[in-house]
Amino acid sequence: MSDRIPILRIGDILVVSVQFDLEDQTVLNLQEDLADQIVAKSAQGVIIDISALEIVDSFVGRMLATVAAISRVLDARTVVVGMRPAVAITLVELGLSLGGVSTALDLEKGLAKLSRSTSTGPR
Amino acid sequence: MTAPWTADEEPQVYAVERSGDLVHVRQAIRALAQRCGLSLVDQTKMITAASELARNTLTYGGGGTVRAGLVSANSRRGVGAVFEDTGPGIPDVEQAMTDGWTSGGGLGLGLSGAKRLVDDFRLRTAPGEGTAVTIIKWAR
Ligand SMILES: Nc1ncnc2c1ncn2[C@@H]1O[C@H](COP(=O)(O)OP(=O)(O)OP(=O)(O)O)[C@@H](O)[C@H]1O
Ligand SMILES: [Mg+2]
Repeated sequence: MSDRIPILRIGDILVVSVQFDLEDQTVLNLQEDLADQIVAKSAQGVIIDISALEIVDSFVGRMLATVAAISRVLDARTVVVGMRPAVAITLVELGLSLGGVSTALDLEKGLAKLSRSTSTGPR
Repeated sequence: MTAPWTADEEPQVYAVERSGDLVHVRQAIRALAQRCGLSLVDQTKMITAASELARNTLTYGGGGTVRAGLVSANSRRGVGAVFEDTGPGIPDVEQAMTDGWTSGGGLGLGLSGAKRLVDDFRLRTAPGEGTAVTIIKWAR
């Protein structure tokens, strides 16, 4: 038995807010649930809000990178929002640059980033 | 080596036998780091390093313990933690400490990254006997 984090939907965007320190299995469940929901809900974007997280280690960091890669393959975009400054400093020093992960400072800016990327280009 | 534990307080021992234990280790290190007055960034670095090392204890060491407590030396205070297992040991330490080298499916950043995040880092290992990693973050 392990916890599952609720995934909310706003239009064609999935929103996940990580509220507490996660067990590894919960992290893996989230990764799978997001992949399923992107397809089931034809989502265009995913926002993962980590503003409540006091640390991101390589395990959670890898999950964020994996979700970003999976969503790209499924024709959606992932934006990680709300990373604390201390977490960003620590991640860089740890050696995890999260190169393929798109970020924004808060939920509002993350939504704006997604709507820009989904509404531009030929219709 | 053993960390320079403060004389007036015994370090606590935490089991690392299942992945849920990693959450407890992070909580314990956070509480110590706050009591010791580490800056927010230093708290974050110490907890992250501990999370990486405890996961190695579990994944590669087959489980073990974390001993954690306040340390002091030369009128400085800090947080110390020892991650110990009786697993297979690390045959080539230099290779294991290289950024990006992993024997499993990891990113190979745990050991080398943890070393960068703390002030003192000591690794003792013997093939077939186990591994012990000691880290300390000093208050500034
Ligand atoms: N306690 C241990 N016992 C035995 N081998 C270990 C131990 N800790 C680390 N190792 C070895 O050292 C290698 C490097 O460890 P490191 O934590 O740097 O990377 P990783 O665990 O493979 O990946 P990551 O931590 O980035 O997810 C491991 O792949 C493993 O072979
Ligand atoms: Mg590791």
